[in-house]
Amino acid sequence: MPEPVILTLSNLSKRFGSVVANDAVSIDLHRGEVLSLLGENGAGKTTLMNMLFGHYVPDSGSIEVADISGKMQPLTLGHPQAALEAGIGMVHQHFTLAENLTALDNILLGSESLFSWRHNRKAARKKVSQIIERTGLAAPLDERVGNLSVGERQRVEILKALFHDARILVLDEPTAVLTPQEADTLFENIGAMTKDGLSVIFISHKLREVLAFSHRIAVLRHGKKVGEIATADADERVIARMMVGADTPTTPRDTQKPGAPVLELNNITVKGKNMRTSLRAVNLTVHAHEVVGIAGVSGNGQSALAQLVSGLISPDGGEMQVDGQRISKFTPPAMLNAGIGRIPEDRHHDGVIGAMSVAENLIIERLQDPAIRKRGFLQQKYIQDNAKQLCKDYDVRGPGIDADARLLSGGNIQKLILARVFECAPRLILANQPTRGLDLGAANEVARRLLEARIRGAGILLISEDLDEVLALSDRIMVIHDGHLVKANTNDREAIGLMMAGEQV
Amino acid sequence: MEILQILLSESFWNATLRIATPLIFGVLGALLCEKAGVLNLGIEGIFVAGAMAGWMAVWLGFGLWGGLLVAAGVGGFFGLIHAILTVPLGLSQHVSGLGITMFATSVSYFTYRTALPQVSSPPRIEPFRPLDIPILSDLPFIGPVLFQQTAMTWLALFMVALVWWVLNRTPLGLAIRAVGDNPDAADAQGLSVYGLRFGAIITGSALMALGGAFLTMSAFDSFFFGMVNGRGWICIALVIFASWRPGKALIGALLFGAFEAFQVRLQTQVGAVVPGQIFLMAPYVLSIFALVIVARRAEYPRALLKPWFKGQR
Repeated sequence: MPEPVILTLSNLSKRFGSVVANDAVSIDLHRGEVLSLLGENGAGKTTLMNMLFGHYVPDSGSIEVADISGKMQPLTLGHPQAALEAGIGMVHQHFTLAENLTALDNILLGSESLFSWRHNRKAARKKVSQIIERTGLAAPLDERVGNLSVGERQRVEILKALFHDARILVLDEPTAVLTPQEADTLFENIGAMTKDGLSVIFISHKLREVLAFSHRIAVLRHGKKVGEIATADADERVIARMMVGADTPTTPRDTQKPGAPVLELNNITVKGKNMRTSLRAVNLTVHAHEVVGIAGVSGNGQSALAQLVSGLISPDGGEMQVDGQRISKFTPPAMLNAGIGRIPEDRHHDGVIGAMSVAENLIIERLQDPAIRKRGFLQQKYIQDNAKQLCKDYDVRGPGIDADARLLSGGNIQKLILARVFECAPRLILANQPTRGLDLGAANEVARRLLEARIRGAGILLISEDLDEVLALSDRIMVIHDGHLVKANTNDREAIGLMMAGEQV
Repeated sequence: MEILQILLSESFWNATLRIATPLIFGVLGALLCEKAGVLNLGIEGIFVAGAMAGWMAVWLGFGLWGGLLVAAGVGGFFGLIHAILTVPLGLSQHVSGLGITMFATSVSYFTYRTALPQVSSPPRIEPFRPLDIPILSDLPFIGPVLFQQTAMTWLALFMVALVWWVLNRTPLGLAIRAVGDNPDAADAQGLSVYGLRFGAIITGSALMALGGAFLTMSAFDSFFFGMVNGRGWICIALVIFASWRPGKALIGALLFGAFEAFQVRLQTQVGAVVPGQIFLMAPYVLSIFALVIVARRAEYPRALLKPWFKGQR
């Protein structure tokens, strides 16, 4: 490496209670380099970066940052202000922007002495414009951040860091919230920035983008750094093995003979306000022992279909049968009683009640069950035992069964939901975007569980915007476009892609 | 006809501004607290404490401006208590605020009774007098309305401009607005969320106390039990009416002052026909209607009422 080292993390360790989040992690960063920090959910990537930025105080270890002249200086730990002054900027996964303020005000925040009599907005605007010109990070500066798209907000976050003269930029899963086009733009911007001498630490679990544009890859597993490799020497298999500690198992598939129909939609019509919420004369059958995949571009009626099957909306026309029984009441409990298990799209918002414990979330769909409710009282012992067993069986990790569900990571919340759904042995499982935002290990686990339920005899309705996932898991594929559901007679990616765009094939 | 006469009279507009003055102080104080993300329901009690402290300081010989300083200091003290309870401890802002109101009110009455155990009618002080500005005060209509007010009314109007400037034109104001909207954003830029909230609550409470002091030191010349009479609560409603903007807060306070001034005058004219309670009620009913119309579009500081703790996200 010709470029000098500008950041050294030495033996950083951090524990939260009994959980070891980081165990003696050491990393070097060079000038103008993009370093990818890879690891599964809960591997300790975000904790490590929060220590760098002063949000957490490490239990042991030290950090050194090069000052402007290139001399390494120890960083005062636990003070965001010190990290900012050392030239470290962080873009969190959840943006730290004030929505009621304009983009420019957000960028300006904290850059001036508090007790000056007025802003120097003019000079600030000029500096921001110059940064935009150099990097291509375009954002409307006078618009309220609340009115900006996610991609624009992210650019405002990066602009904020650069405005504060960051020489090291940490991006925590920057593409998780972006469309593919926005992600490509981001990568171009980062490319321009590193040419300027900026160093980037890029946290991700998407192998494709990590391989595409980082210079070096460091892999974390269970809080330890397990490997470091130049991107030029890496390929997907090598990295995946480092991340999960073994070759990822390809999801085993065997042929299953479809059984009796478990879900039938006959001529179902939903008149929604727009395309996103409309279904037009939809016919669909899901049999036992069968996965039916619904492919489609986001916003073509998937959410209407999911809400219908979940009992959140009732159809304006047509008929729905579950296990041969006609559904007359479209309410969530009616669907639960009919034997439908639901894995919702937005797992944080619709899947769990964040302020309730893991144990409570695990029984929340079974409150009528006599094992749980006797004479109007909750059976605490059963609830505790049930939670312990399920967390073990489904590998739900976190601070414990009595901790609030919101404290779990995304992958563990999804495992919690899987445990709750599968324990009721549903006839039909509605899986809406079941692996979105999950890392490799967790996604494989979800796929494995779904296929297991299929062997057991459940029918599975899989709605996904990830065509690879639909192709890998489905026995039959339907394509949804503009509220119409069409059968795909092929497994050919190209043909299905055309159908997703609304063409007749 | 009579209504028109009232609306055109100098005394009506003069009274509107006078009645609005304590509300302007109060609504600015409440607005400042809420812009930083903390609701301060201690306002009603802080009004009482400010009225009591300012008046007593003057009676003890501190002078009028000294009295205002004492009132502001007492208000700031109750603000400090509210800040300790709601910011680092993160307790319910409603409960803490109501507690401050009860506490401040009781302490004020207690102090009054302890200092003056035997008095049946409280001692009077020499209050702020309307300023007599040469030439301007003699202008027709405008003179009596604008230029025959006391120094405190002028102070209140100046405060509107000052609070607006600080909030919208200075780095400090930007930091306060950020803390009330997303404390994480302020924290990530190395700003002290606790420090900013403490400062806003203490300053806001001091302003509220000045509103109370106006009652004993400008509007009247003495302290009575129950003299604040819900003005603090009106300010809480006016903040929402104003969508957290100082300029609109001024308009809201003037509007309420006008209702009040109007009802007093209408009462003397048609009071024989309609029971007086209807008139007393009118400003409050009209305020509720105004709120219903305006508040639905109000843009709340998004972190209002939400406690924030360092290191938790």
